[in-house]
Amino acid sequence: MNILIANGRVIDPANDVDRQLDVYVVDGKIAALGSAPAGFVAGRTIDAAGLVVSPGLIDLAARLREPGFEYRATLETEMEAAMAGGITSLAIPPDTDPTLDEPGLVEMLTYRAKKLNRAHIYPVGALTLGLKGERLSEMAELVEAGCVAFSQANVPILDNMVLMRALQYAATFGFRVWLQPIAPFLARGGHAHDGDVATRLGLAGTPVAAETVALYTYLELAKITGARLHITRLSSAAGLALVEQARAEGMDVTCDVSINHLHLCDEDIGYFDANCHLVPPLRSRADRDALARGLATGSIDALCSDHTPVDDDGKQMPFSESETGATGMELLLPLTLKWGREAGLTLSQALARVTSEAARIVGIVKAGHLAVGARADVCVFDPEAVVKIGREQLLSQGKNTPFLGYELSGRVRYTLVEGQVMFGA
Amino acid sequence: MRNPQLNKHGELQHLLTLDGLPREILIKILDIAAPFTEVAEREVKKLPLLRGKSIFNLFFENSTRTRTTFEIAAKRLSADVVNLNVSTSSTAKGESLLDTVDNLCAMQADMFVVRHASSGAPVLIAQHLQACGHDDIHVVNAGDGRHAHPTQGLLDMYTIRHCKGDFTRLSVAIVGDVLHSRVARSQIAALKTLGVPDLRVIGPKTLLPTAVEHMGVRVFHDMREGLRDVDVVMMLRLQNERMNGALLPTAQEYYKMWGLTAEKLALARPDAIVMHPGPMNRGVEIDSSVADGAQAVILKQVTYGIAVRMAVMSMLAGN
Repeated sequence: MNILIANGRVIDPANDVDRQLDVYVVDGKIAALGSAPAGFVAGRTIDAAGLVVSPGLIDLAARLREPGFEYRATLETEMEAAMAGGITSLAIPPDTDPTLDEPGLVEMLTYRAKKLNRAHIYPVGALTLGLKGERLSEMAELVEAGCVAFSQANVPILDNMVLMRALQYAATFGFRVWLQPIAPFLARGGHAHDGDVATRLGLAGTPVAAETVALYTYLELAKITGARLHITRLSSAAGLALVEQARAEGMDVTCDVSINHLHLCDEDIGYFDANCHLVPPLRSRADRDALARGLATGSIDALCSDHTPVDDDGKQMPFSESETGATGMELLLPLTLKWGREAGLTLSQALARVTSEAARIVGIVKAGHLAVGARADVCVFDPEAVVKIGREQLLSQGKNTPFLGYELSGRVRYTLVEGQVMFGA
Repeated sequence: MRNPQLNKHGELQHLLTLDGLPREILIKILDIAAPFTEVAEREVKKLPLLRGKSIFNLFFENSTRTRTTFEIAAKRLSADVVNLNVSTSSTAKGESLLDTVDNLCAMQADMFVVRHASSGAPVLIAQHLQACGHDDIHVVNAGDGRHAHPTQGLLDMYTIRHCKGDFTRLSVAIVGDVLHSRVARSQIAALKTLGVPDLRVIGPKTLLPTAVEHMGVRVFHDMREGLRDVDVVMMLRLQNERMNGALLPTAQEYYKMWGLTAEKLALARPDAIVMHPGPMNRGVEIDSSVADGAQAVILKQVTYGIAVRMAVMSMLAGN
């Protein structure tokens, strides 16, 4: 069906477009902008007056919990959450059960997702078998099965020789390796940033050195092996400084930050709010502010939800016993906008971090922008409309977010995937 | 975000921590405790303040001593006391902490005295009770992880007040494993609230928490320097398991550097008192001659502990 998205403010960061334009969708692709292509007859017209028309969001880390953790969430529930969040492409971390280290498993997951016909998924394969940090996974086969990169999720490799070999092997093919900077022994047993709040509440601390020491190692090994490195979930100013320094020296390394670490700090733990039990831990206010600045200057390439639905039983426990993670897909857009406003950025600059820049990291060419010929993955939202973040409002099966009770601006009105309206009245 | 231990009128609903506890409430507890010390001297050591109330000692971590003092305090107030060593029962069967609590609520509990190995567990219970509308059930933290041990902190304040009077002229040193100590955190919070102008912590860097100076304490690594002219020496217990990791080389070296001996104590004021929350490791953190010496008030602490716990329980749930 041909769709006309009329009268909206089209913001396409990749192509530096920010103006009122009609968008014409034919056969699941962007057919034209501004004036109708020859013979265009709209099967449906979406009136986007007063709304923003942006590329569908691309989330660099969305745990859909399948396979293995279906009691926490399923593809069905989380795909609906993605649609409600205006997210049309998802990178899936490999920490499922079993882990994404088998081509057959990746094919099955991709097949299941396709059948649901919601967001496109981009599996990130396990760098080592079972994420155990011992044996390399079949990376070439996994890429054939659909993996776009390899990672250890948040399970660090103990043996640096294995890490170096894994980076070398990935570099053989030019595969991307996404690593979360966690020095295993320094992070072991920690549950909160090693600072004032952990000291006061008596929580075992994770020092910033757990991030920086890992970064020194990763950056050095990437340099030696020539691996294409992407650093995931930066949490500290010191960690960011190391990435900036590596880039200044000409190294091709990218990095991202989660919505939680962009907006929150250890003080938000309050009276042991287990929704703030995250990996890496929420760090100090100064760290948070440095990350927000880094994302604004472009030192940090992309923003992600780090979506991790956890059931209530997993969170209603003493802080350090509770499971880590926060649900986030439905918060990605409003928290991107909130950060953009606070950083004094234009909408286009803010949206770039969750569209064009994220697409570049995943290696998506045909989405993340709205050029003619692009996949018609579109998010139409009202930047001013307020959304209340509450358990009832969240479609994700996980209701675990530190932002419960927040009121945030930015409501998704329509989500289109390949030219089909998958969300919105 | 409401302080979970106060009700909406700002009154004490639970006792979870001394951090952020208003000074008036802290003083009030100490004031209420004073007459209770005399109850123990009587022939009939009972008051009817908690008659008909059910108090559950919910101990997820073993502690005979603390449990016993709470039990005695509750019984002197005429409450019915049930002791549950949950570490050996429900949770071993896979029951969650809050399921255990819900079950006890169904048995018409009036108060939970909670000991747990995880920081924040009693806070979680208090928040859960509030969410379930159980405004009539009180929680007393009997020690949670490294977080807080408020009744210990209160009995220490009672002891200092009894021995020294005015807090605002005191030099106080806390010595030992502050990092893992819920007792130290409660002591620091209370001493700051009560206006102690010179509060010191003494220990090796491995046993002092990051940024501990932000709690308003001066940090000393040299015990001789740290003890100079203090009025109160508060020793902390050193858990044996601290020797197994990379925190300390040996008990012998610890004793040499941070054990309280008569020679080191001589650097404090001549009338300085020596405190210890018990149980003591003689020859590790404290020498027997000091523990049994004239300046030690360690057994007084135990006696006052019962009065302070009676004060807390009667304040929370008294008829």
